[in-house]
Amino acid sequence: MYAIITISIVAIIVLFFGAIQKKAPLLPIIYVGLPLAFLLHLLEWNKNIHYYNEMYIADNFSIAFNGVLIFTTLLVFIFAPVYYKPVNRPLEDIYALILFALVGGLIMTGFGNLLMLFVGIETLSLSLYILAGSKKFDPNSNEAAMKYFLTGSFASGFLLFGIALLYGASGSMNLEEIKQYVILHQANMPGMLTIGLILVAIGMSFKIGAAPFHFWAPDVYEGSPTLITTFMATVGKVAAIAAFFRLMQSSFGEVESIWKVTLTIFAIATILIGNLSAFYQDNVKRMFAYSGIAHAGYMLIAIIALKQEASGVLLLYSISYTIATITAFAVLILVREETGTFSIKAFNGLSKHNPTEAFAMTIAMLSLAGIPPLVGFAAKYNLFVSAIEQGNLPLVIVAIIGSMISVYYYIRPVIAMYANEPSATSAIDSSSNYKKQIILAAFLMIVLGLIPGVIVNLI
Amino acid sequence: MIIVLLLVLPLLASLLLFTGKLGKHSRDFALIASLVEFAVALVAGYAFTFADNKILNLSLNLKQLLDIDIIIYIDSISLMMVMLTSLLIPIIIASNNNREVRNHNFYALILLMQMALIGVFTASEMILFYIFWELALMPVFLITAIWGGEDRKRISVKFLIYTVVGSFAMLIAILYLYTLTSPHSFSFESFYQLKLPYSVQVPVFLAFFLAFAIKIPLFPFHSWQAETYNVSPVQGSMFMAGIMLKMGLYGIIRFILPICPDVVAGGSLIFLPLILFGVIYGAIIAIRQPKLKKMIAFVSLSHVGIIALGLLSNNQYGIEGAILQMFSHGVNVVGFFLCYQMIVIRTGTDIISDLGGIASSAPRFATIFLIIVLANVALPFTNSFVGEFLILLGLFQSNVYIGVIAGLTIILGAVYMLKMYQQVMYGPQTIATQKFADLTTGEIMLFVPIIICIFWVGISPSFVLQLLQSAVN
Repeated sequence: MYAIITISIVAIIVLFFGAIQKKAPLLPIIYVGLPLAFLLHLLEWNKNIHYYNEMYIADNFSIAFNGVLIFTTLLVFIFAPVYYKPVNRPLEDIYALILFALVGGLIMTGFGNLLMLFVGIETLSLSLYILAGSKKFDPNSNEAAMKYFLTGSFASGFLLFGIALLYGASGSMNLEEIKQYVILHQANMPGMLTIGLILVAIGMSFKIGAAPFHFWAPDVYEGSPTLITTFMATVGKVAAIAAFFRLMQSSFGEVESIWKVTLTIFAIATILIGNLSAFYQDNVKRMFAYSGIAHAGYMLIAIIALKQEASGVLLLYSISYTIATITAFAVLILVREETGTFSIKAFNGLSKHNPTEAFAMTIAMLSLAGIPPLVGFAAKYNLFVSAIEQGNLPLVIVAIIGSMISVYYYIRPVIAMYANEPSATSAIDSSSNYKKQIILAAFLMIVLGLIPGVIVNLI
Repeated sequence: MIIVLLLVLPLLASLLLFTGKLGKHSRDFALIASLVEFAVALVAGYAFTFADNKILNLSLNLKQLLDIDIIIYIDSISLMMVMLTSLLIPIIIASNNNREVRNHNFYALILLMQMALIGVFTASEMILFYIFWELALMPVFLITAIWGGEDRKRISVKFLIYTVVGSFAMLIAILYLYTLTSPHSFSFESFYQLKLPYSVQVPVFLAFFLAFAIKIPLFPFHSWQAETYNVSPVQGSMFMAGIMLKMGLYGIIRFILPICPDVVAGGSLIFLPLILFGVIYGAIIAIRQPKLKKMIAFVSLSHVGIIALGLLSNNQYGIEGAILQMFSHGVNVVGFFLCYQMIVIRTGTDIISDLGGIASSAPRFATIFLIIVLANVALPFTNSFVGEFLILLGLFQSNVYIGVIAGLTIILGAVYMLKMYQQVMYGPQTIATQKFADLTTGEIMLFVPIIICIFWVGISPSFVLQLLQSAVN
């Protein structure tokens, strides 16, 4: 709760400074405010506090995921000055919207009531709709915003309709009370509840970008400003996954039979479509959109197969996906600045001039592909083992085949960086701060890959 | 403790090299590090020989922190592979002469690879094994992709795709077997205790076999091999032929033989004839091959096929001979690649018809090359003779037809080896070989350990075989 309050206050202060046209203090305030918010949040660790009639629950699950979201946002802000270098105005609107979106994400990880889930999703999504179109004079950005808004509000409609049906069936929006109702009526489930659950699942699948509701992702990712795409691909996705996990495990864990088949089909489709489509992309940004879809599929396995006690595995997966994606996008932003293109050719010979960035990008790619001993492997390994222990061998085999395909497209930028002749004539400038963050992220991917147990047993 | 040292030493040296702080001294540092590693391996071998139960092991329970248990275990088979690795790596590093200046990353990758290989040969926990197995792939892929010759991108990606497909098949098999263990555990012991029915053994065999057959490579999964050996820098080829493909053979010993015994006893489905075909096929192509490096690739294909036949012969002699031959083949093929490198450095070509008459101007080189060629032909008193003899004996006992046809390859081997040697070393000198300088003392030093191994194993194999016997049983 403290985190939500602190970040909201920081966002308002940022808006205030923007209103009086002061540029200098904006980022420092955010750099201090976000870690502070997380520290305050940590005070609630192990206490399992329920706020406002169980509207919001600060348990270890939500605190851990909020930590991921907050630090990812912090990284996005660290990359912001480089990305917005040519822009002279204070940019308070963009910063504040990112912070509000983060607040939405924080609400989604800890909701205790379906209404809060909806509020959280809408706070996150509405901010993202605007952010996607924040490059006002770029038609692609406008197109992305429009597409995202139209499809996104459609999905929100599904979600809301589903919530209404769930309420109609069980008479409550409280997760705990819905669970009691479900356990009581396990034998003959009312059709209204089943339909409501499926509609909610469809709405959530849209938000995480799972097939067959993934069509918005590539265009929106490609059209949005890259920094916003980074935010969308990491914070947006992880928050939605955490919310989905919480919803399914806390209320409907007892009635797997209703939703398991549907979600299994979604997961298989997502993994195959994501990986196979990424295979053909020459545009790195689009490739990441499809790779994000594929990873949503792997995370769906966590929702299908994990029990609530094993949520650490999902946490590890989220962390591994987030760090690798954000590192890759950070390098992509630099490369795009220099070459003006997102094509894979832009990476040609990067290792000659910018060995640090090339190294970090390689680590990120290998981690996403799941090559040991990086954190991506540890995450996949934990996920697959947990899924197999619950008897989901066919699903895991599909996932492994998907990973196999993914090695090819993740290795392409690596090849381009090391084996091709450089296309740029000089090194790409990056501030030392930027470089440090990239190295730190690469380092984290290696270290967490060696000691994943710390994360898995955290919550 | 000595096992930890074996693993950590190359890792630390490799990390230090990655930083690039050593600049020009990278090669010397890597060489010293690998020599120290060899000394440590010798100490480990000494400790092993005098240990009571002929086993060194180390077990750390770090489930909370690492999510896997570290179980490392050295028996005589592991020891032999560790010795092979730590013996060959100094040679591989030293063979990179000063004429080609290579980046510090090159040496860092070689040492990283060494660490991964030693991990593969000593791990006794499935996931640990898999981690090292995959880790060993990356350095050799990068070495080929960055420092390779023409068309290196396409070929290195092809190599990567082949091996990754195999690895993932193995991962599926491992995860499946894991569900059968009770209580759930990834340790080798718990996998060995599974008594699988035949119908389950078949798919498990297929998955493991795919992974190992690609790595070794065995016919019909070999099509990455010749191209990759050809395009990779010679150090990379030495790595792949000398050590990396032993990972696949080692995997057969560790997994296929104990986990799927009935399939092996039943003749390994249809694979024995296929491997046998690959052996003959490799030998015949080697006879007609115009380029020396590609020829070595096909010779290697033929030789490792015989080793795989020995392992799958389901006969004690066959298996013992195959394990011994794994060591011998590693030494011989690296020696062969060294000779190739000497020729290429001096003449700038490896097309056999462009060479000739080298023996008259370089007698020392001619002698050494002859020893290595004869070792590859499996002449008595060389190391290959013992191994191939035992393998053929085992094959005869298990299946006479396969034994007879496999015996033919010895003749074919003599044909392609001696034909090549005659064309390269004798006859009139050509433009390329007119100024062929003989080996310097430094270069001879490279060959010394190889020649010692060739004769030592060839003349008194009993020492090694006794060590192996207990493990094979």
